[in-house]
Order: sequence, then structure tokens, then C-alpha cells
Amino acid sequence: MWSFFHKLGSPPWLFRIAGSILRWLLPVTLVALAVGLVWGLLFTAPDFRQGNSYRIIYIHVPAAVVALAGYYVMAIAGAVSLIWKMKMADVAMKACAPIGAALTFIALVTGSIWGKPTWGTWWVWDARITSMLILLFLYLGVVALYEAYDNKEAAGKACAVLSLVGMVNIPIIYKSVDWWYSLHQPASIKFTGESTIDPSMLYPLLWMIVTFYALFTCCLLMNMRAELLEREARTNWVKKLAAENRA
Amino acid sequence: MYFDSLSAALSMDGHGAYVWSAYAISLLVLVLLVRAPRRRQQMFLRQLAGEQKRRQPGLTAKPEVE
Repeated sequence: MWSFFHKLGSPPWLFRIAGSILRWLLPVTLVALAVGLVWGLLFTAPDFRQGNSYRIIYIHVPAAVVALAGYYVMAIAGAVSLIWKMKMADVAMKACAPIGAALTFIALVTGSIWGKPTWGTWWVWDARITSMLILLFLYLGVVALYEAYDNKEAAGKACAVLSLVGMVNIPIIYKSVDWWYSLHQPASIKFTGESTIDPSMLYPLLWMIVTFYALFTCCLLMNMRAELLEREARTNWVKKLAAENRA
Repeated sequence: MYFDSLSAALSMDGHGAYVWSAYAISLLVLVLLVRAPRRRQQMFLRQLAGEQKRRQPGLTAKPEVE
């Protein structure tokens, strides 16, 4: 157990393990993504009320779900790096931010496009949508804050604090469709009680959610690998890697 | 496949422009997201290798074969 934690703190070990996971996880994820996109676009029946526009759900919901889950990862990594000063947690926190920002952006843009034929408007200042916009700014804030400091240790601390404070936003996003009157529909998939979505739509949706989780993991590992190299630029293992790369 | 023809799949009863653009934009963002770290890593390693070459041209000429 402890030796595992010890290894986790070792950059060359983490770099290598992440690489060997990515070697199979990334191709599998990309194939799953292609399958899911075609499935949702062409092989599912349209919604009886919304018609074909609902097909956007197969990107919109997975992106939003994983954008939220990614925030937990970022905030927990931030907490770990604050409390135990684990460098790898800081690397993970920094790696999460651009992925979360991209997923939140996708959720907002696809939601906006979906809103036009369904609600008749591209944008409303609705609780769910506004709190997701705040999530985007939190992610971008972490990216920008990190770059704003010359001292990377101070940058890590400031970002960890920002991401922890931003946690307040997460329950607001979850509950926004129940707390406020909203154009946004409440959740169709429920862990307790019966889901209000037909299995023929549920399966491709679950497929895409799992795929987006895998995609998040891949991007997280790739970002961490790139970050590790840059932080460890002066160490022997990175120098050796660069020499091999040149060959 | 749900649609009878390609044109039906493209138009989606009037929702085609919305659906296809949403998918296209998302795919573009995802491609950029996946490619960014790989490019960053490759550029960094190339830059580091270039520095090594300039500093010690004789010493690291033959990398170890593993």
C-alpha cells in the first residue's frame, strides 16, 4: 500500500504507467467515440416530441456529466496538493482544468444549439445554464491563474484554493433544475426510481457517458505526461527520453 | 439505420443543421483536446533534443538501443 503511494510520487514511474495505459485506452476510446457518434446520429429513433433535434443529447449530456465529474477530480487533487503537498496531485489538478473547460464549452454550445429549435432561443439566463457558465469560468480561471504566477508553487496553491471554493457551484448545478423554475428539463436518468427515458435511447446515452469518462481519463493522463516532462526537464530520465526521441 | 436516404439523414426533418453542427463543433473541440498534449510533448522533447545536440555534439550522438 505505502509502496504504491511512494511510486505514485515518482515522475518517471507515473510517466511510464500512464503511457502503457494510454497505449490501449486511447484507441479503444476513440473507436467507442466513433461508434457512439454514429449510433446517436443515425441509428436511434427520433423523440416523439422533439423530433430529431434531441440527438444532441448524446453529446450534450455526457459532456456535461463529465465536466462536473472532472471538477471533483480537480478539486480533490487540489485539496491533496494543499494538505499533503503531493506534487503529482498538483500536476493532476493542472491537467484537469483545460479538459473540464473544453467539456463545459461543448455542453454549453450543444445546449445552445439544442435550445434554438426546442425552446426557440439560443440562450436564456436560466439557473442551470448560468451555473454551467460559471463552471466554465472556474475552469478557465484555474488555467489563467496558473499562468499568471511565475512561482509555480504559489500558482498551485492559489489554483487549489480557487477550485475548492468553486465546489460551491457544483450542488447548485445539480439542483438548479429542481430549485428554480427553468426551461431546462430535469434529469431523465435516475439512480433511484424509474428513468423517464426509453431503453433504445438510454443505451446509446450510457455508452457515450462511459466513453466521455474514458476520454477524460485519456486526456488527463496525456496532459499529466506532458506536464511531468516539462517539470522534470533537468532530470536524467527526461534527458534520456529526449535523446531517444532524437534517434 | 433510422433514415431512408442520405438527404433525409442530412435534413433530419429540418433539424439537420442544428444536429450536424452540434456534432461537428463537439468533434472539433475533442480532436483539439486530444491532440494538444501530444503536440506539446513532442515539441518539448524535440526542443530538448536540439539543446542536447548543441551542447555536446560528440557525446550523445549514439543513443542507447533498448
